[in-house]
Amino acid sequence: MSSSGNNLMRWFRGADSSQAKPQEGAKGAPRTRRTCIGLGEFMRNLSGSGEQKLCVLDLGPTSPTNITLLTELGVRVFNEDVLNESRDPSYAVVQEDGSTQIDPARFFAENMDYPAGQFDAILFWDIADYLPETLVKPLVERLQTMLKPKGHLLAFFHTKDAGAESLYSRHHIVQKDILELEPIQGFKLQRIFNNRHIENLFKDFASRKFFLGRDNIREVLMVR
Amino acid sequence: MWKPRPEDIKPMSTNPSQPGQPAQPVPPPVAAATPSAPVPHKETPKASDPHRADVGHIGKSVQIKGELTGSEDLYLDGSIEGTVDLRDHSLIIGPNGKIKAAISARDLVVHGRVEGNITATGRVELRKSCTLIGDVSTQRIVIEDGAFFKGAIDIKENTQNVEARKPLASAASAGMSSGSGSGSSSGAVSYSASSDSQGSFLDGK
Repeated sequence: MSSSGNNLMRWFRGADSSQAKPQEGAKGAPRTRRTCIGLGEFMRNLSGSGEQKLCVLDLGPTSPTNITLLTELGVRVFNEDVLNESRDPSYAVVQEDGSTQIDPARFFAENMDYPAGQFDAILFWDIADYLPETLVKPLVERLQTMLKPKGHLLAFFHTKDAGAESLYSRHHIVQKDILELEPIQGFKLQRIFNNRHIENLFKDFASRKFFLGRDNIREVLMVR
Repeated sequence: MWKPRPEDIKPMSTNPSQPGQPAQPVPPPVAAATPSAPVPHKETPKASDPHRADVGHIGKSVQIKGELTGSEDLYLDGSIEGTVDLRDHSLIIGPNGKIKAAISARDLVVHGRVEGNITATGRVELRKSCTLIGDVSTQRIVIEDGAFFKGAIDIKENTQNVEARKPLASAASAGMSSGSGSGSSSGAVSYSASSDSQGSFLDGK
């Protein structure tokens, strides 16, 4: 997609034109807990899988809590901090107008290199809200191919009411339906997806189930 | 008949009272002079102590390219490219360690940077300063908050556990059929206790 096209998409989604800058507000911010219906359903699907060893991909920052909980369920856990990787300047290319953008080809040459149908479930968290524009669509397409048929993907999206200053958080699964959110500095909300955007972005998935939380987070459980 | 306990006799020997005289108040014994004073215990090596005599040490200025094998515990703070194979021994990768290698060990503690797959038969510890890019196959894993990990974690059940459970299970079923289930349950308890003992320099944790 061209740079003007990206700008148009960004404007259409109501995003701030500025790219991610380190955010100071998160410093020392306390962890908060939230009950997640979508996560509860996601975990129930994992637990009810019988004796088959499932593969789960966690795309958030490394969480010892998640790894412990998932491995105790007998799950093989994969972890890849996509958002952190996307900050690597070596993936950036200079555009005609002098701005820089992440080159998806370069990025995916070194990241998210998994065979098709590898995973039974993917924890996508709220990464799509913070990811550089050029990576969002290719990443979702890649996730769709990496999931097994009937595999689940859990994603969170901030609603417009959540505000532009919504902090990016590390998600710790403390119980099967309770998350602990640990704010992380350095990432800024890039865009707000509404329901139509989400449906278009994940159009290749067989079903999408929406849960709207009181804290202006929209949980979406996708099934391939 | 009442017999004085040994600890009741010992202070008297340092301050003997005359027979037939009323007992004098005994001053509190000086710790160093009394035989019951605690003997300064021999300090046991801690897991984080890499300078033990029985632990090999590779310093931070050492660079190795090739195959590293050994039959002793190892503290590795240098750079390695190739393979590291310690089989039944423990490996600590120090904060300056930069490893680009497939690692095979019993127990592994990572403080530094590792790029490569890890196979451990015991326990893997990823400390907060560590960066691990690779897959981990182990029985137990400990990840500190702040550790960076990119890869897969596969927790493998101890094959000895599985093998040991079979006769226990059969004994339990036999016991159940004969009406006595208590023997099998006590066997299971003693088994799980023994399976946790590792005899490693990681055990101090």
